[in-house]
Amino acid sequence: MTESQILTELNAIFRDVFNDDSLTLTPATTAADVPGWDSLTHVTLTVSVEAHFGIKFRAAELEELHNIGDFVHAIARKKG
Amino acid sequence: MNDLYWLPRLAEWTQSLAKLEATPWNGGSAELVRLAGHRMTLPELLRLDRAAAKILNSLSPQTGLESVRLALLGTATLDHLLPGVRAGALRRRLAAACYTTPFGQYRQEIETPDSGLAQFRPEAVLFSFDPSYLAGEQPLDALEAQLASLWTSCQERFRSRIIQQTFLPSAPAILGENEHRFPHSLAARIAEFNWRLRSLADRHGVTLLCVDQWASRTGLDFWRDDLLWHRAKQDIGPRAAILYGDLVGRILGSLWGKSAKCLVLDLDNTLWGGVAGDDGLTGIKLGQGGGTGEAFVAMQQYCRKLASRGIILAVCSKNEESVARKIFSQHPEMVLRLDDVACFVANWEPKPDNLRQIARALNIGLDALVFADDSPFEREIVRTNLPMLHVPELPEEAAFYPRCLADAGYFEGMAITSDDLARTRQYGENSKRAELQASASDLPAYLRSLDMELRWANFDEVSLQRITQLINKTNQFNLTTRRYTEEQVRSLIGDPSALTLQLRLTDRLGDNGIIAIVIGRLDAAGDLRIDTWLMSCRVFGRTVEHATLNILAAHAREMGATRLMGDYRPTEKNAIVAQLYASLGFEPLAASDAGSQWHMRLDRETTLPTFVRVKAPDTSLTPS
Repeated sequence: MTESQILTELNAIFRDVFNDDSLTLTPATTAADVPGWDSLTHVTLTVSVEAHFGIKFRAAELEELHNIGDFVHAIARKKG
Repeated sequence: MNDLYWLPRLAEWTQSLAKLEATPWNGGSAELVRLAGHRMTLPELLRLDRAAAKILNSLSPQTGLESVRLALLGTATLDHLLPGVRAGALRRRLAAACYTTPFGQYRQEIETPDSGLAQFRPEAVLFSFDPSYLAGEQPLDALEAQLASLWTSCQERFRSRIIQQTFLPSAPAILGENEHRFPHSLAARIAEFNWRLRSLADRHGVTLLCVDQWASRTGLDFWRDDLLWHRAKQDIGPRAAILYGDLVGRILGSLWGKSAKCLVLDLDNTLWGGVAGDDGLTGIKLGQGGGTGEAFVAMQQYCRKLASRGIILAVCSKNEESVARKIFSQHPEMVLRLDDVACFVANWEPKPDNLRQIARALNIGLDALVFADDSPFEREIVRTNLPMLHVPELPEEAAFYPRCLADAGYFEGMAITSDDLARTRQYGENSKRAELQASASDLPAYLRSLDMELRWANFDEVSLQRITQLINKTNQFNLTTRRYTEEQVRSLIGDPSALTLQLRLTDRLGDNGIIAIVIGRLDAAGDLRIDTWLMSCRVFGRTVEHATLNILAAHAREMGATRLMGDYRPTEKNAIVAQLYASLGFEPLAASDAGSQWHMRLDRETTLPTFVRVKAPDTSLTPS
């Protein structure tokens, strides 16, 4: 799975979780750019991403995610 | 398990939701219920929940869904569980409005007179505590007393139903297998307190939500992720949110009278292996000696157990009726007997038509039916034509049928009453009555031949459970559809301004049990207002309502009333009584969309003709 495929699927999950069909993610997108991305939705978001890609993040890994690019890299690494 | 595997998938789920969001006025609430009844992922759940919030707000109050105000009070984060709870309620045709207190503030909110919780006026309160509630060395007796006082406060202040969640067994062991020998072990305290909760809840009329039982079914990790506990203080994590919500939904459903009442069974490959018409009496797989045959015996035994607690069984099969009946009457390994089946339909007509006929014959709503059929084709055709029916995706292996039906929780029940235990027999007797009716061309002669006797009594402690159950699940013959808790019903006993009647009907074919309930209130002007009048659908059309009014009028006069006042409050299900008061000789006072008001003066003759003999009470109506 390429990083651009991951970004596309990630974008679809974000649109569902944040209820915004116009939401377009780039590797530089951060939580501050997405209205409603707070600590509570973050948990729902990561659980949804984990279920979708069949992976599990460790606490330390989650703390390292600063933008969507980091998210995509982490997923790509996990998917091997 | 979180995908609720018994629900069907819907290929065009996302498109259907988008369409509903665009045109919510197009049968909005029914479509919401339908979509909630299919499998979904967590993001899809969130989308459904947002759409539901918008649609239920924009539609008029007449959404066809009953509303419930539920407060979730607890020690952990609960907000992430609300979408699942609302979807679980929607699956039972309930629109749940949810309230949570700010983190851990439940105690202040319960005790402060004008708190947000008090203003919310919860009809049900769910206590969801994480295991830290039990940590420390405080004796469990003291914790029991503390919890019971919380329950009592809510019962008294809000008159609400209480649901208590048991504790997840999440504490790691310190000693090991014999953990209970380690003083103050949290793991051991959780196990013991969960055990104590069962009887404590029973003593206080509290309903349990047993996540500990589910943890043993699914594994603890499904429910609780220690990482999410540390990160977000979630005791129950989002991975369990859909199942958790469904469990809350089924409890609310049961309390609000929405549980299914009847299990309709296909025959070939559902109750036995093979096809009766092809394989014959000796060729079908049923009984000891093989895994398949034994699995079907186990399925039949499970159905029989459901019947023994009051679930009606019916058969809907594509078969020659004589062939199908012969298996019941002659196969030595059959567990189910023809007597266990209240309505037996075997023919070659489309199943949706037959299911409609079964619902009519049993006089229950289509949404009270669960249809179990191994054939995906039949399931689909039924779902398409009758979306309100519950049609589980049975697993391919018959060995897993019983667990699938149990996991789906269609028949969630709160208590077993002696009337429940007699129900299948009653419905069977009803079929005999129907046959008798068909043979008697003359209805009055038939009713006379039934030799009916109606015994009345005021509400009493011993029948309280059955009375509360009837109040909360009777939908059709129910003039006002007001639901009351056991506590509220109990408070009427001995209230001098309250008129309470429980009525039991017997006839020569059997005892129908307590079949009607009346609650009236006398005001200072001498008006007796009929707050509640309901009757079991099994005894429609037998002039029992005439006899009931005669008893009611006599009691009202005795209390000094000069007038009976009756309301009809329409719901989706009670159109059958829209004209009841008119037919009994009441005069109209007012009518609007919200219902109609009627009155009957008591200073003149009001006695109505009836085929029912009335008997005054000697003892309580619930057999001990």
